[in-house]
Amino acid sequence: MPDVQSMVNEFVIKLKKRKVEGSKSTAKLTAELLRSFISQQRLPHSNQAGALIDAVKAVGEKLIAANPVELAVGNVVRRVLHIIREEDLSLTTAAVGGLSLAAESDDENDTEQDDHPVLSATAVAAAARNALRPPSLQTLLEDIPHSAVAPPTSSSGGDSEGKSKSADKNSMTRKLKHNVIEAVNELIQEISTCHEQIAEQAVEHIHHNEVILTLGSSRTVMEFLCAAKEKKRSFRVFVAEGAPRYQGHAFAKELAGRGLQTTVITDSAVFAMISRVNMVIVGAHAVMANGGVIAPVGLNMVALAAQRHAVPFVVLAGVHKLCPLYPHNPEVLLNELKSPSELLDFGEFSDCLDVGSGTGSPLLHVVNPAFDYVPPNLVNLFITDTGGHNPSYIYRLIADYYSADDLVVRRKSAS
Amino acid sequence: MVAKKGNKGGMGGEDAEEELTRVPLQAILLADSFATLFRPITLERPKVLLPLVNAPMIDYTLAWLESAGVDEVFVFCCAHSKQVIDYLENSKWFGQPNFSVTTIESYNSTSAGDALRLIYEKHVIRGDFILVTGDTVSNMPLTQALKEHKERRRKDSNAVMTMVIKQSKSSPITHQSRLGTEELFMAIDPETKQLLYYEDKAAALKGTISLDKALLMDNSSISLHNDKQDCYIDICSPEVLSLFTDNFDYQHLRRHFVKGLLVDDIMGYKIFTHEIHSSYAARIDNYRSYDTISKDIIQRWTYPLVPDVQFFGNSVTKLERQGMYRASDVELSRSAKIGPFTVIGSGTKIGNYTEVSNSVIGEGCVIGSDVSIDGCYIWDKVTIEDGCKLKHAIVCDGVIMKSGAVLEAGVVLSFKVIIGSRFVVPAYSKVSLLQQPVKQDSDEELEYADNSSGNIEIATLSNAAEKLEEELRTELSDSQIQSVSEVGNGGAGFIWSVSEGGHDEEWRHSVAPIPMDRLVEIIKNATDELDISNEDGNILPPSGELEPDSVNDSDEDVRDDSVQFEKEVEATFLRAVNENVKEDHVILEVNSLRLSYNLAATDCAGALFYAMMKLALDAPHGSPGELVKNVAAVITKWNKLLKYYLPSIDEEIEVILKFEEMCLESTKEYSTLFVQILHLLYDKDILEEDAILNWASEKEEADESDKLLLKQAEKFIQWLNEASEEEE
Repeated sequence: MPDVQSMVNEFVIKLKKRKVEGSKSTAKLTAELLRSFISQQRLPHSNQAGALIDAVKAVGEKLIAANPVELAVGNVVRRVLHIIREEDLSLTTAAVGGLSLAAESDDENDTEQDDHPVLSATAVAAAARNALRPPSLQTLLEDIPHSAVAPPTSSSGGDSEGKSKSADKNSMTRKLKHNVIEAVNELIQEISTCHEQIAEQAVEHIHHNEVILTLGSSRTVMEFLCAAKEKKRSFRVFVAEGAPRYQGHAFAKELAGRGLQTTVITDSAVFAMISRVNMVIVGAHAVMANGGVIAPVGLNMVALAAQRHAVPFVVLAGVHKLCPLYPHNPEVLLNELKSPSELLDFGEFSDCLDVGSGTGSPLLHVVNPAFDYVPPNLVNLFITDTGGHNPSYIYRLIADYYSADDLVVRRKSAS
Repeated sequence: MVAKKGNKGGMGGEDAEEELTRVPLQAILLADSFATLFRPITLERPKVLLPLVNAPMIDYTLAWLESAGVDEVFVFCCAHSKQVIDYLENSKWFGQPNFSVTTIESYNSTSAGDALRLIYEKHVIRGDFILVTGDTVSNMPLTQALKEHKERRRKDSNAVMTMVIKQSKSSPITHQSRLGTEELFMAIDPETKQLLYYEDKAAALKGTISLDKALLMDNSSISLHNDKQDCYIDICSPEVLSLFTDNFDYQHLRRHFVKGLLVDDIMGYKIFTHEIHSSYAARIDNYRSYDTISKDIIQRWTYPLVPDVQFFGNSVTKLERQGMYRASDVELSRSAKIGPFTVIGSGTKIGNYTEVSNSVIGEGCVIGSDVSIDGCYIWDKVTIEDGCKLKHAIVCDGVIMKSGAVLEAGVVLSFKVIIGSRFVVPAYSKVSLLQQPVKQDSDEELEYADNSSGNIEIATLSNAAEKLEEELRTELSDSQIQSVSEVGNGGAGFIWSVSEGGHDEEWRHSVAPIPMDRLVEIIKNATDELDISNEDGNILPPSGELEPDSVNDSDEDVRDDSVQFEKEVEATFLRAVNENVKEDHVILEVNSLRLSYNLAATDCAGALFYAMMKLALDAPHGSPGELVKNVAAVITKWNKLLKYYLPSIDEEIEVILKFEEMCLESTKEYSTLFVQILHLLYDKDILEEDAILNWASEKEEADESDKLLLKQAEKFIQWLNEASEEEE
């Protein structure tokens, strides 16, 4: 326990100091941390799921507070919470038996309801939705391993299902933990393979002799473009350099190294070039529940230019980037303002930043935001590991991956 | 366990090289600036714990060291060491994974030199280390600088130090207006980046700096910079510590150590520079740089060490529009106007129609209605009642400002001061509950001087501080009844008087922007300086505060010194006469006087002669004739002594000049006897004829008024001339 606690603290410090950056690596590290946290967590005999959820929430709150700008942390925490709920649900339903599925799931939700009376309404609603929603592709896929795992439990506890529930719990505890860890492993797997999953779809989107525009640097975009190249598609790529970090330069170099026809342009030339472009493909920092995108700075401009010339604007995003929050909340839309030294050299401008003369406030301000918000109406298509989606469909994906109870990780554990 | 390993790294060579690769990176953090520029605040709290944008300065330094990959930090505490250690123990810095913080406590160190000597004795430093003070704010990565340093060490074991510098636009005013320091000149070899010359008191040199000729001979090229800023971050080899121990008079890191190494060419130690471009580094030296660096932090130059990133222990703060940082639980009135670039700490309440701009407000403050706050630094738990006006002030913890009080620009209110209602605190004044120590040192002098006296004083004062404070607390209730205190009705605190002549200097180091007229003056002076250097320096220097040591002053200084010296010599001589001291002893004493006043041998002769003439004059005499006899007696008696100081003609001429001066100015009695005594001196072999003739020929060109005595002596000189011709 202290071991895992110190791991948590270390990760929190890293997040705070912005030593972990990039949503993919953050997501992966968070998931791995939660996995070891869960595996070392001791669970009480009754209501293990609730206890586990509380424990994960407590850690999750710390992690989210450490770097509120990095939404991937919150996403993974919520995913893990959702996994725990799903596993618990499937275990109990399996134990009770297929016939009384609906009733038992309600019952399970009632126990949760006791734990968190504040959210009773949402819990009920979630349960209702769980029960009522038509099986999506995702749930169908997820259900297969569950039913495969479930039978032994039901067989062991089948004969005395109602009465010897407490004795049964013990095995169920281990079962639950085991299943959750299995599922988190799958999640980690999914995060690490999301590039390939997305890249597989490249040939469906990129055609011969097309011109693709991208901005800055994104690993996902790189894999996507290269996958198309490997499939013998020949196309050209315009790379906007992505001031002020100019990651586009390195990106273009790597593309050229992989044998793609590449042209580097300045960010300000995007509008001039967009009429020659067939498709804009970019990465994202996070995808919000309404289909809006939080993306590296400069992308809103590119999206507007693309819309003006009716060029498809495609956003590549791994599932871990799906954030179940809406961007109306200013806390969610926090932008990270980086150091102005990326824009200009402190020494050269130190005389303008002089506060010792004049009114006492410097006349020159330098603002260096890291992100842009691209509204959903500017995005034509999202490509995630599960396929292409409309911005308006994002809410549905989110319902698949997250439980409505977990949307507010912080407030709830505080209450 | 650390000490057992010993200090092998100090030996240099291959051993050290191997060691460098495996020893953890160490840093020495001096949590004491050994200066008094932050008084009176630093009488009650050490400088490194003063909040800088709502986090103690030391947190910035430690957070940077930690993120830069330092494994082990030794925090050296001296003044208020208890407070520093208590703070560190309660913070989370102890027990961090992969980052150990150790405190070293000292009670009697008075300078950085003492501190490093003490650390050397502890044998804790095993390899290259980073030397910083606890008031450094930086986000620079150290890897590159370290790599360069180690590479240089591999090639040349004499490269003991790498100094981090940063470009800073060279405008005549920026050094002053940004960091409150004087212009810094450095000569750097552009290829090897070796530091060849360092002068941080350039203003005193009146726009001219003198470089050693050898520098130009030894180096193929030198680039001379006045646009660099010293970040006070040094990467040192262990030799640095032993150097401090060997040279026990090294006190100040820059003035003694760096300059000492640069001048000393016997050991051949070298200092190199590492220039940083995109990252930030600066040191808080005085109130002005406190202001500047606070604003740089708010402008995010120090990212990630900014208020909304929890780099360490600081409370959760959010950055809102226009650079306004607000902690989570701030109570703001709807009608309050919070301007851009402000920081408001948690738990603070701000009343109706209050305007805040460009300011930092700490935690738990209560600010009333209709208050205007501009460019201020308000620390924790401050109460400001309705209608107060604050402009460019520093307000420390627990201060209470009664309604309608006004702080003019540059005011500093130390801890728990109470300002009476409607009281106007005049500009640049410093108010403290502690009374000003009697001995007053000019701030600027102390900063650079050895300042042994200043610090001991602090130590004793800080002990007394607590007592005093308690007394004051009890008195406080009385003072409520007391009609008028020094800071208004119902106030508590003493306004510190600024040092004499220092009042003009206050604006230099204050948080308030430099007033317009001063700026104009600085710029004018700067351009004038340029003119001087262009036009051969014949123009009189412009008068003004910028040149405290202008040419006139320094001349006077020298004169003061020599007058003092003459008096001392006279006293010594009189003692010798009265107490029958041996001549040898007199010589010894006069010599030591000469050394301590740093004067030439000629001055001794003059002074001694003066003393003798004075003695003769003081002896009872009725007529000029008797006076001459007196002189003859004295001269005969002390002939040997005087002769000792007259090894060559130069000294003899000096004696004649001195005598002439006496005749004309101080002792008019001699004026009629000039020739007689001159003759006497000639007879006694004290003056050679060449000396007298030289003097005469020199005087030929002088003004008519000066020739008065020459005319008197005309016959004598003629006679001398003839005598010499006859000899030939």
